[in-house]
Amino acid sequence: MAEVKFGVATSHVPAIGVAIDNGKEDEPYWAPLFEGYEGARKWMADARPDVVILAYNDHASAFDLSLIPTFAIGVADEFPIADEGYGPRDIPPVFGYPELAWHLAESLILDEFDMTIVTDLPVDHGLTVPMSIVYGKPETWPVRVIPLAVNVIQYPPPTARRCYDLGRAIRRAVHQWDEDLTVAVFGTGGMSHQLQGERAGWVNTPFDTSYLNRLGSEPEALAEVTHTELLKEAGSEGIELVMWLIMRGAMSREVREVHRHYHVPASNTAAGLIIFEGT
Amino acid sequence: MATKRLPQHDIPGTYVFDGAHHRKGYALNMMCMTLNVPENRDAFRADEEAYLDKFDLTPEQRRSVLERDWLEMLRLGGNIYYTFKIAAFDGVSMQHVGGQMSGITEDEFTQMMINGGRNSFG
Repeated sequence: MAEVKFGVATSHVPAIGVAIDNGKEDEPYWAPLFEGYEGARKWMADARPDVVILAYNDHASAFDLSLIPTFAIGVADEFPIADEGYGPRDIPPVFGYPELAWHLAESLILDEFDMTIVTDLPVDHGLTVPMSIVYGKPETWPVRVIPLAVNVIQYPPPTARRCYDLGRAIRRAVHQWDEDLTVAVFGTGGMSHQLQGERAGWVNTPFDTSYLNRLGSEPEALAEVTHTELLKEAGSEGIELVMWLIMRGAMSREVREVHRHYHVPASNTAAGLIIFEGT
Repeated sequence: MATKRLPQHDIPGTYVFDGAHHRKGYALNMMCMTLNVPENRDAFRADEEAYLDKFDLTPEQRRSVLERDWLEMLRLGGNIYYTFKIAAFDGVSMQHVGGQMSGITEDEFTQMMINGGRNSFG
């Protein structure tokens, strides 16, 4: 039986990808961030999940304002690296797992989560930066990936509660799959940041710390946090944190925290990372 | 026509990209989207004015793009993930854009982030 054993939540700041691609990890600006990622990479080298289901948001790469799916699942064999306006990152393409992805799509839709099904899906920094954070720079990614794109750019995104419930449905669907697979679910984006407006640069460390502290033990409470509170406290782009609850929903009720890191800044963002193992 | 005022509209210095913004900024954002294609970036580089002629921008939106007025682009319906494609095209940083939108220099903005970000506003 396939099983969701691991959960990873991490920021997906594009500048982190640029730093990795250009070998800047030891520079004074970046070193404190990447020192905290070492533990995550060591953990991943042992954990070695067979499949990652990766919740992220597309940033005007595969989707634009003409079509905005709230939840979209990638069912292709391969996902090319998107050109986001400055050429694609020089990293390997991402290989999918169409059989399992279609099972998830069917199971989730029959479970009343109305997924959009996508075959032609170039993936941007939202997906690739978390991969680089935990896997570094391999020649090929040592894992198959099922992209789960969530709209968090056009207001309103799905609620925190809906994301948490989707995670629970993903867990049910994975556990119906009759193949011995270890699955990790990633929730990406956040933590507090605001890229736009006169309030650009907003960071709320007390809020982020509380979020990290409560994600393992009180996910039901975090599922009640409203969009207005997220926009106000975590900033206009910090609302991405709803995607962390997809990961948390997909994990067992009790989890063991195995790694945590928090650093300000990564570009204009408070970068957070937390890893759970199921019980 | 009645307009419902929602709590998320009252966060100072913050532009929530709702349906009204979507409609206002549709042409502007979709123009930015075309910069994902290398040939289009070349065309934009060759003649910005002629490139913008191909899109149904308002005169104000057009001026905000040509003048790289990042805050004005937001006010006119721009979404930061779309308009930032112009900044990436220019080779300027998110700190440059954030600084201009909040009325400080790029260096000041960068230092503010290193010091822990903007912790209070309004």
